Amino acid sequence: MPYIPHTSEERDAMLKAVGVSTLDELFADIAPDLRPKAFLPEEGMTEQEVRNKCERLAGKNAQTLSFLGAGYYDHGIPSAVDALSGQSAFVTAYTPYQAECSQGTLQAIYEFQTAVARLLDMDCANASLYDGGSALFEACTMCVRQARNRKKVVVDEGVNPIWRKMLATYSRNLPMEIVVVPHKNGAPDKEALKAAIDADTAGVVVQNPNFFGVVADYADIFEAAKNAKALSVIAVNPVMQSVLKTPGAMGADIAVAEGQSLGLPLNFGGPYLGLMACKKAMVRQMPGRLVGRTQDKEGRTGYVLTLQAREQHIRRAKATSNICSNQSLCALRSLVHLSLLGPDGLVDVAENSIARAHEVAERLAAIPGVQLLNDQPYANEVALLLPVSASAAVSRCMNSAHHTVPGYPAGRAYQGMENVLIVACTEKQSSASVETLARDLARAIADVRADEAYKARG
Amino acid sequence: MQTIFEKSVPGRHCKGIGPKPSAKKAKDFLPADLLRAEKPKMPECSELDVVRHFTQLAGRNYSVDANFYPLGSCTMKYNARISEEVAALAGFNRAHPMQALLDNGKSSQGAMQCLYELERSLCAITGMKGFTLQPMAGANGEFTGVSVIAAYHRAKGRDRRIMLIPDAAHGTNPASAAMAGFTVVNIESRDGMVDPSAVKAAIDQYGDQVAGLMMTCPNTLGLMELHLKEIVALLHGIDALLYYDGANMNAILGKMRVGDAGFDVVHLNLHKTFGTPHGGGGPGAGPVGVCERLIPFLPSPRVGKAEDGSYYFLPEDELSIGHIGPFYGSFGVLLKALAYIWRLGGEGLERVAEYAVLNANYLRVQLKDVLDEPFDRLCMHEFVASAPHGMHALDIAKGLLERGMHAPTMYFPLLVHECLMPEPTETESKQTLDEFCELLREIIAHGKEDPAWLEEAPRGLPVSRLDETQAARQMKLTEDL
Repeated sequence: MPYIPHTSEERDAMLKAVGVSTLDELFADIAPDLRPKAFLPEEGMTEQEVRNKCERLAGKNAQTLSFLGAGYYDHGIPSAVDALSGQSAFVTAYTPYQAECSQGTLQAIYEFQTAVARLLDMDCANASLYDGGSALFEACTMCVRQARNRKKVVVDEGVNPIWRKMLATYSRNLPMEIVVVPHKNGAPDKEALKAAIDADTAGVVVQNPNFFGVVADYADIFEAAKNAKALSVIAVNPVMQSVLKTPGAMGADIAVAEGQSLGLPLNFGGPYLGLMACKKAMVRQMPGRLVGRTQDKEGRTGYVLTLQAREQHIRRAKATSNICSNQSLCALRSLVHLSLLGPDGLVDVAENSIARAHEVAERLAAIPGVQLLNDQPYANEVALLLPVSASAAVSRCMNSAHHTVPGYPAGRAYQGMENVLIVACTEKQSSASVETLARDLARAIADVRADEAYKARG
Repeated sequence: MQTIFEKSVPGRHCKGIGPKPSAKKAKDFLPADLLRAEKPKMPECSELDVVRHFTQLAGRNYSVDANFYPLGSCTMKYNARISEEVAALAGFNRAHPMQALLDNGKSSQGAMQCLYELERSLCAITGMKGFTLQPMAGANGEFTGVSVIAAYHRAKGRDRRIMLIPDAAHGTNPASAAMAGFTVVNIESRDGMVDPSAVKAAIDQYGDQVAGLMMTCPNTLGLMELHLKEIVALLHGIDALLYYDGANMNAILGKMRVGDAGFDVVHLNLHKTFGTPHGGGGPGAGPVGVCERLIPFLPSPRVGKAEDGSYYFLPEDELSIGHIGPFYGSFGVLLKALAYIWRLGGEGLERVAEYAVLNANYLRVQLKDVLDEPFDRLCMHEFVASAPHGMHALDIAKGLLERGMHAPTMYFPLLVHECLMPEPTETESKQTLDEFCELLREIIAHGKEDPAWLEEAPRGLPVSRLDETQAARQMKLTEDL
């Protein structure tokens, strides 16, 4: 059998040592009527058969020219990221509970915590959470726990709708009330946000850039939250964070992010990486693992899991979270990625993406009937108002020769935004791909209009 | 060893590893008050600096690939290379998850088929009727499962707030139940088993407030629960639901299907039972299976298969608990588990359970004379034993590390004094097990003679025992703190 080393002689000797005569006797404690009448019917495959099948399936995923973002971005990944994070001493290690033989993982997490705290400009960061959405939820529980009897969390509608849906699922049975403040034509409605913060508010949650790509300064919102003794949470794009005003500079208490764009492939939805950083005063409220530096008896520097009294294996039902396994290897990937790019490389990635997004906006706005949704500043992602349904235009484009995916139709998540298309860029797109996008989108819009005209005529 | 930040040299840069500098800068597009004051202080290193650093760090780790890892409750089996290979295929890697939602899976048929086939396989393996692949780890699966239980009772118009959890359960069980709004009532064990009379007493006391019971089976002592049918009947008698924590599923593959046994909800740890690597603490995956009547409550989206053989997203049921993860789960991890299942097939999976249990019992019998075993009976995939009188489990664990083997899980479950919990898994050979036993014998003998020697272990590793109190007091969590 694959991966079972026993010879039949060894098996027999071991059975004899145990005092049973067959393997099945080892399962005598399972009642006979609980034995399965059916099981997985398929036979095993050879390695080559598995390889063939997987290659065939991987080939069935269409190659596209994609301008999709929506919180998940196709940035370049240096070659050394795979090679270094793929070392089996990292990949096949367990959670570093035995610190003396896990210094590799532990030091890497400590360095990751440092990198995240610096990128988000906060005091400290944890060892990672599952993804951006679960990190956002955990941040909200920190607010509610810190505020004790307050249960309201004010959330800007510009926060990623996927994460808001996760937040609704996770908070469903908790004493937490989510109040969503509608956006104003894609931009945050700051007056409405301030007005929503009251004496029952535990926290306020915003996103920068927001889901429509709009970049803003939320310092005034966080100030209002502070005055109301509520905490402030900001979700950010970690790549754009290398050039945008930081959560720390805005006065946020907790910053979270989806870390996928720091060296993780899109991978059809995961595994991804939840980043969380906070002010020092909040550290004991943090969910998940934390690594701290210390010394051994000889005075050598070493690293251990620390402040574990927050965690489920100690505190059980009273833990700050139920999280156990996190995204350790993904965190390592992002640390290697950040180390290879360095500050300059990271800024280059961000600025190329921003420049390309502005090129896209200019080029697409030249298509008759297409305009920018608003006049707000934006970074790598921009919302456009089309003269037709964005979903219909996207479908047309996806059926084109280049399988162009021009962006995310905002109407999928926002009522009344059916004609809005959100287009994302990374440094990987070229002027040529922008040209292809513009041609395909112009044709798609014309086709959808022709369809509509045809239907209108009956 | 210096950190990557300490190795950083201002001005050093690996030119061209990212894109060429953009002609237009952020300040050309965005007002200054929206921009960062200074660049983030990331390491400034050459590519070789980074390669050396992370290669040296890898050298300071212990791993399954290097040696035996008998960590109980964690199923540290060999992680097959073919799984890694196929999960890295570009056709899967490059797929944007949102794209599939825009055309209902049309341009992502390969990935959709993988999700569909994995769900069908997990149903066949467990006897459950539907699975969500969305949960991103075991504890995340637990939360999903208990949320489904909460939604089931809510849909029936009931307010049931109590979750029964045995005292030997993993800490994630009570923590997950609490996150889903439940009050945890502890069920005491008797003779290492969940005691049906304790379950009955709780039901008598709390009656129709009881929403369900979370069970780990085999339990965390490595023993098969002997009163399953009685317990299932008790809970179902008040229409409460049975949750199966699949952390120990490796022991029963092909020998018992939890769906047949009457469980309503189950989570699996693909990074334990289905051979995906642990990665130093993740990423894992924790799919959740349910019985027929709970399918409408599963998170969305799930994949269906049309009559023409194409794959599409099933419409979201109005009873669905919503979104546990952003898309369809940790796809890269799911692929590795699927490749593992394809390699082994049904027969291979049944052999996994048989040899995992054989290895554990062999170790148990071999170590009878050196460790105190509280339960003198067949164990399943792991067992619990106490350190010899007067010795500490921690010291024995550190002695093993010094001699190049990873320690078993220690001090869990809390019910057993000074305990060690070895789980050898099916992928280890008799030679490795014999070597482990011999080593353990030596360490215990030496430690009995010279306790001070054992208390000083481990020697010869990158660090000796670390001062955890200092770590907690100083809270040095980053280079800057």
